[in-house]
Amino acid sequence: MAFRGAVITFPGSNCDRDMAVALEKVSGEKALRVWHGDADLPERLDFIAVPGGFSYGDYLRCGAIASRSPVMRAVIEAAGRGVPVLGVCNGFQVLTESGLLPGALMRNAQLTFTCRTAPLVVENGQSLFTSGYETGSTVHLPVAHHDGNYFADEATLDRIEGEGRVAFRYADTVNGSQRDIAGVLNETATVLGMMPHPERAIEADHGGSDGRTLFEGAVGALVGT
Amino acid sequence: MKVRIHVSLKPGVLDPQGRAVHHALEGLGFSGVEDVRVGRLIELDVADGTSDADLDAMCRQLLANMVIENYSIEKPETARAAA
Repeated sequence: MAFRGAVITFPGSNCDRDMAVALEKVSGEKALRVWHGDADLPERLDFIAVPGGFSYGDYLRCGAIASRSPVMRAVIEAAGRGVPVLGVCNGFQVLTESGLLPGALMRNAQLTFTCRTAPLVVENGQSLFTSGYETGSTVHLPVAHHDGNYFADEATLDRIEGEGRVAFRYADTVNGSQRDIAGVLNETATVLGMMPHPERAIEADHGGSDGRTLFEGAVGALVGT
Repeated sequence: MKVRIHVSLKPGVLDPQGRAVHHALEGLGFSGVEDVRVGRLIELDVADGTSDADLDAMCRQLLANMVIENYSIEKPETARAAA
Protein backbone atom coordinates (compact mmCIF):
# COMPACT_ATOMS: atom_id res chain seq x y z
CA MET A 1 0.00 0.00 0.00
CA ALA A 2 1.29 3.42 -0.90
CA PHE A 3 2.05 5.64 2.07
CA ARG A 4 -0.48 8.42 2.66
CA GLY A 5 0.90 11.17 4.86
CA ALA A 6 -0.65 14.58 5.49
CA VAL A 7 0.92 17.85 6.64
CA ILE A 8 -1.28 20.45 8.33
CA THR A 9 -0.72 24.13 7.56
CA PHE A 10 -1.91 26.86 9.91
CA PRO A 11 -1.58 30.59 9.26
CA GLY A 12 2.03 31.12 10.39
CA SER A 13 3.30 27.58 9.89
CA ASN A 14 6.77 27.78 8.38
CA CYS A 15 8.15 24.24 8.57
CA ASP A 16 5.27 22.64 6.66
CA ARG A 17 7.16 22.48 3.36
CA ASP A 18 10.25 20.94 5.01
CA MET A 19 7.99 18.38 6.67
CA ALA A 20 6.33 17.53 3.35
CA VAL A 21 9.73 17.22 1.65
CA ALA A 22 10.98 14.91 4.42
CA LEU A 23 7.93 12.65 4.08
CA GLU A 24 8.20 12.63 0.29
CA LYS A 25 11.94 11.86 0.23
CA VAL A 26 11.55 8.96 2.62
CA SER A 27 8.26 7.49 1.39
CA GLY A 28 8.47 8.31 -2.31
CA GLU A 29 4.88 9.53 -2.12
CA LYS A 30 3.60 13.08 -2.35
CA ALA A 31 2.53 14.43 1.03
CA LEU A 32 -1.08 15.64 1.15
CA ARG A 33 -1.41 19.24 2.33
CA VAL A 34 -4.27 20.18 4.63
CA TRP A 35 -5.36 23.73 5.48
CA HIS A 36 -6.25 24.61 9.08
CA GLY A 37 -9.78 25.62 8.19
CA ASP A 38 -10.64 22.25 6.69
CA ALA A 39 -13.01 20.33 8.89
CA ASP A 40 -12.15 16.98 7.32
CA LEU A 41 -8.90 15.17 6.68
CA PRO A 42 -8.20 13.15 3.52
CA GLU A 43 -9.37 9.55 3.83
CA ARG A 44 -7.16 6.57 4.65
CA LEU A 45 -4.30 8.55 6.14
CA ASP A 46 -1.29 6.62 7.47
CA PHE A 47 0.39 9.58 9.12
CA ILE A 48 -0.38 13.17 10.15
CA ALA A 49 2.32 15.79 10.73
CA VAL A 50 1.69 19.01 12.65
CA PRO A 51 4.66 21.19 11.70
CA GLY A 52 6.59 23.99 13.33
CA GLY A 53 6.10 27.71 12.95
CA PHE A 54 4.04 30.40 14.62
CA SER A 55 0.47 29.26 14.19
CA TYR A 56 -1.98 32.14 14.50
CA GLY A 57 0.97 34.37 15.38
CA ASP A 58 1.47 32.56 18.69
CA TYR A 59 -1.12 34.96 20.10
CA LEU A 60 -2.59 34.03 23.49
CA ARG A 61 -0.20 31.07 23.91
CA CYS A 62 1.89 29.17 21.37
CA GLY A 63 -0.42 26.67 19.72
CA ALA A 64 -3.48 27.52 21.80
CA ILE A 65 -5.61 28.98 19.02
CA ALA A 66 -4.42 26.40 16.49
CA SER A 67 -5.40 23.62 18.87
CA ARG A 68 -9.05 24.81 18.58
CA SER A 69 -9.07 25.11 14.78
CA PRO A 70 -11.49 23.01 12.71
CA VAL A 71 -8.75 20.73 11.40
CA MET A 72 -7.56 19.87 14.89
CA ARG A 73 -10.94 18.39 15.76
CA ALA A 74 -10.38 16.00 12.85
CA VAL A 75 -6.77 15.33 13.93
CA ILE A 76 -7.88 14.54 17.50
CA GLU A 77 -10.52 12.20 16.14
CA ALA A 78 -8.00 10.49 13.84
CA ALA A 79 -5.49 10.15 16.69
CA GLY A 80 -8.27 8.51 18.68
CA ARG A 81 -8.60 5.92 15.92
CA GLY A 82 -4.85 5.27 16.17
CA VAL A 83 -3.62 7.26 13.16
CA PRO A 84 -0.02 8.25 14.02
CA VAL A 85 0.48 11.97 14.65
CA LEU A 86 3.85 13.72 14.80
CA GLY A 87 4.03 17.28 16.16
CA VAL A 88 7.28 19.18 15.88
CA CYS A 89 8.11 22.45 17.68
CA ASN A 90 4.94 24.56 17.36
CA GLY A 91 3.25 21.29 16.41
CA PHE A 92 4.29 19.88 19.80
CA GLN A 93 2.80 22.96 21.46
CA VAL A 94 -0.41 22.43 19.49
CA LEU A 95 -0.62 18.79 20.56
CA THR A 96 -0.22 19.64 24.26
CA GLU A 97 -2.75 22.48 23.98
CA SER A 98 -5.18 20.11 22.30
CA GLY A 99 -4.82 17.55 25.08
CA LEU A 100 -3.33 14.81 22.88
CA LEU A 101 -0.13 14.99 24.94
CA PRO A 102 0.38 15.85 28.61
CA GLY A 103 2.11 18.98 29.87
CA ALA A 104 2.69 22.43 28.42
CA LEU A 105 5.50 24.34 26.72
CA MET A 106 6.60 27.51 28.49
CA ARG A 107 9.02 30.34 27.71
CA ASN A 108 12.64 29.08 27.68
CA ALA A 109 14.17 29.42 31.12
CA GLN A 110 17.01 31.58 29.77
CA LEU A 111 14.40 33.76 27.98
CA THR A 112 16.29 33.67 24.69
CA PHE A 113 15.39 32.14 21.36
CA THR A 114 17.64 29.10 21.03
CA CYS A 115 18.75 27.98 17.56
CA ARG A 116 21.45 25.32 17.34
CA THR A 117 22.03 21.64 16.86
CA ALA A 118 21.39 19.80 20.11
CA PRO A 119 22.49 16.33 21.18
CA LEU A 120 19.55 14.19 22.30
CA VAL A 121 19.39 10.85 24.04
CA VAL A 122 16.86 8.43 22.58
CA GLU A 123 15.04 7.30 25.71
CA ASN A 124 12.63 4.95 23.94
CA GLY A 125 13.71 3.33 20.67
CA GLN A 126 10.69 1.04 20.60
CA SER A 127 7.96 3.35 19.35
CA LEU A 128 6.66 3.66 15.81
CA PHE A 129 8.59 6.92 15.46
CA THR A 130 11.84 5.91 17.12
CA SER A 131 12.28 2.32 15.99
CA GLY A 132 15.16 3.36 13.74
CA TYR A 133 17.19 4.46 16.75
CA GLU A 134 18.89 2.43 19.46
CA THR A 135 17.52 3.12 22.92
CA GLY A 136 20.18 5.08 24.80
CA SER A 137 21.92 6.33 21.66
CA THR A 138 22.70 9.99 21.09
CA VAL A 139 21.42 11.77 18.00
CA HIS A 140 21.85 15.35 16.84
CA LEU A 141 18.89 17.44 15.70
CA PRO A 142 18.36 21.18 15.24
CA VAL A 143 16.36 23.09 17.82
CA ALA A 144 14.90 26.54 17.10
CA HIS A 145 12.40 27.84 19.61
CA HIS A 146 11.55 30.45 22.21
CA ASP A 147 8.96 28.42 24.09
CA GLY A 148 10.28 24.89 24.43
CA ASN A 149 10.49 24.65 28.19
CA TYR A 150 8.50 21.50 28.89
CA PHE A 151 6.40 21.57 32.05
CA ALA A 152 4.22 18.96 33.70
CA ASP A 153 3.55 18.35 37.38
CA GLU A 154 5.70 15.83 39.23
CA ALA A 155 3.05 13.10 39.23
CA THR A 156 2.63 13.40 35.46
CA LEU A 157 6.40 13.40 34.93
CA ASP A 158 6.77 10.28 37.06
CA ARG A 159 3.96 8.59 35.18
CA ILE A 160 5.22 9.30 31.67
CA GLU A 161 8.78 8.34 32.66
CA GLY A 162 7.49 5.10 34.18
CA GLU A 163 5.48 4.30 31.07
CA GLY A 164 8.43 4.86 28.74
CA ARG A 165 6.73 7.87 27.17
CA VAL A 166 9.76 10.15 27.19
CA ALA A 167 10.98 9.60 23.62
CA PHE A 168 13.89 12.04 23.61
CA ARG A 169 15.82 13.87 26.31
CA TYR A 170 18.29 16.72 25.79
CA ALA A 171 21.82 15.54 26.54
CA ASP A 172 22.52 19.01 27.95
CA THR A 173 20.18 21.68 29.22
CA VAL A 174 18.65 23.56 26.28
CA ASN A 175 15.63 25.44 27.58
CA GLY A 176 14.97 24.54 31.20
CA SER A 177 12.58 21.67 30.42
CA GLN A 178 11.55 19.55 33.37
CA ARG A 179 13.95 16.60 33.45
CA ASP A 180 15.39 17.86 30.12
CA ILE A 181 12.48 16.27 28.25
CA ALA A 182 12.58 16.99 24.51
CA GLY A 183 9.90 14.64 23.16
CA VAL A 184 6.85 12.90 24.63
CA LEU A 185 4.61 10.03 23.47
CA ASN A 186 0.93 9.52 24.25
CA GLU A 187 -0.39 6.45 26.11
CA THR A 188 -0.49 4.30 22.98
CA ALA A 189 2.81 5.68 21.57
CA THR A 190 0.97 6.68 18.38
CA VAL A 191 1.34 10.41 19.01
CA LEU A 192 4.77 12.01 19.38
CA GLY A 193 5.49 15.65 20.16
CA MET A 194 9.03 16.99 20.13
CA MET A 195 10.69 20.40 20.09
CA PRO A 196 13.74 19.43 17.94
CA HIS A 197 13.26 19.36 14.17
CA PRO A 198 13.83 15.96 12.53
CA GLU A 199 12.56 17.34 9.20
CA ARG A 200 15.52 19.73 9.13
CA ALA A 201 18.01 16.87 9.37
CA ILE A 202 17.32 14.53 6.49
CA GLU A 203 20.33 15.23 4.24
CA ALA A 204 23.96 14.83 5.29
CA ASP A 205 24.80 17.69 2.93
CA HIS A 206 22.46 19.97 4.88
CA GLY A 207 24.01 19.43 8.27
CA GLY A 208 23.01 15.92 9.30
CA SER A 209 20.63 13.08 8.64
CA ASP A 210 19.68 11.91 12.13
CA GLY A 211 16.14 13.14 11.53
CA ARG A 212 15.77 11.01 8.42
CA THR A 213 16.03 7.93 10.65
CA LEU A 214 12.80 8.92 12.39
CA PHE A 215 10.87 9.20 9.13
CA GLU A 216 12.43 6.02 7.74
CA GLY A 217 11.49 4.09 10.87
CA ALA A 218 7.92 5.39 10.91
CA VAL A 219 7.25 5.08 7.17
CA GLY A 220 8.91 1.64 7.08
CA ALA A 221 6.75 0.41 9.94
CA LEU A 222 3.59 1.84 8.39
CA VAL A 223 4.03 0.46 4.88
CA GLY A 224 5.47 -2.81 6.14
CA THR A 225 8.87 -2.68 4.50
CA MET B 1 -20.89 44.01 29.62
CA LYS B 2 -17.14 44.30 30.00
CA VAL B 3 -15.51 41.35 31.71
CA ARG B 4 -11.88 41.06 32.69
CA ILE B 5 -10.13 37.70 32.72
CA HIS B 6 -6.94 37.58 34.75
CA VAL B 7 -4.69 34.67 33.81
CA SER B 8 -1.73 33.86 36.04
CA LEU B 9 0.73 31.02 36.37
CA LYS B 10 -0.13 28.51 39.05
CA PRO B 11 1.88 28.70 42.28
CA GLY B 12 4.95 26.51 41.99
CA VAL B 13 5.27 26.91 38.22
CA LEU B 14 8.55 28.68 37.59
CA ASP B 15 7.98 31.98 35.80
CA PRO B 16 11.04 32.88 33.70
CA GLN B 17 9.53 36.22 32.64
CA GLY B 18 8.72 37.15 36.22
CA ARG B 19 12.24 36.29 37.24
CA ALA B 20 13.69 38.51 34.53
CA VAL B 21 11.45 41.42 35.53
CA HIS B 22 12.39 40.88 39.17
CA HIS B 23 16.05 40.99 38.23
CA ALA B 24 15.52 44.19 36.25
CA LEU B 25 13.71 45.86 39.15
CA GLU B 26 16.62 45.01 41.43
CA GLY B 27 18.93 46.47 38.81
CA LEU B 28 16.98 49.73 39.08
CA GLY B 29 17.62 49.76 42.82
CA PHE B 30 14.23 48.52 44.07
CA SER B 31 15.52 46.15 46.71
CA GLY B 32 12.29 45.31 48.53
CA VAL B 33 10.64 43.24 45.78
CA GLU B 34 10.15 39.71 47.04
CA ASP B 35 8.83 38.04 43.90
CA VAL B 36 7.38 38.90 40.48
CA ARG B 37 4.84 36.87 38.52
CA VAL B 38 3.84 37.94 35.03
CA GLY B 39 0.30 37.14 33.93
CA ARG B 40 -2.06 38.59 31.37
CA LEU B 41 -5.29 40.49 31.31
CA ILE B 42 -7.93 39.70 28.70
CA GLU B 43 -10.84 42.13 28.36
CA LEU B 44 -14.02 40.75 26.87
CA ASP B 45 -17.02 42.76 25.81
CA VAL B 46 -19.84 40.25 26.00
CA ALA B 47 -23.61 40.37 25.80
CA ASP B 48 -25.31 41.35 29.05
CA GLY B 49 -26.46 38.25 30.81
CA THR B 50 -23.63 36.05 29.52
CA SER B 51 -23.61 33.27 32.05
CA ASP B 52 -20.81 32.50 34.46
CA ALA B 53 -20.80 28.99 33.04
CA ASP B 54 -20.06 30.35 29.56
CA LEU B 55 -17.30 32.59 30.88
CA ASP B 56 -15.80 29.64 32.73
CA ALA B 57 -15.98 27.54 29.58
CA MET B 58 -14.20 30.24 27.57
CA CYS B 59 -11.39 30.28 30.13
CA ARG B 60 -11.07 26.53 30.37
CA GLN B 61 -11.30 25.83 26.65
CA LEU B 62 -9.03 28.56 25.34
CA LEU B 63 -8.06 31.57 27.43
CA ALA B 64 -6.15 29.73 30.16
CA ASN B 65 -4.06 26.57 29.96
CA MET B 66 -5.20 24.63 33.00
CA VAL B 67 -1.92 22.67 33.11
CA ILE B 68 0.06 25.75 34.10
CA GLU B 69 -2.36 28.62 34.66
CA ASN B 70 -5.15 29.81 36.90
CA TYR B 71 -7.74 32.37 35.95
CA SER B 72 -10.13 34.70 37.70
CA ILE B 73 -13.12 36.49 36.23
CA GLU B 74 -13.87 40.08 37.15
CA LYS B 75 -17.32 41.31 36.25
CA PRO B 76 -18.67 44.85 36.78
CA GLU B 77 -20.66 43.70 39.83
CA THR B 78 -17.72 42.02 41.46
CA ALA B 79 -15.56 45.04 40.65
CA ARG B 80 -18.01 47.29 42.54
CA ALA B 81 -18.19 44.82 45.35
CA ALA B 82 -14.43 44.81 45.60
CA ALA B 83 -14.17 48.61 45.50
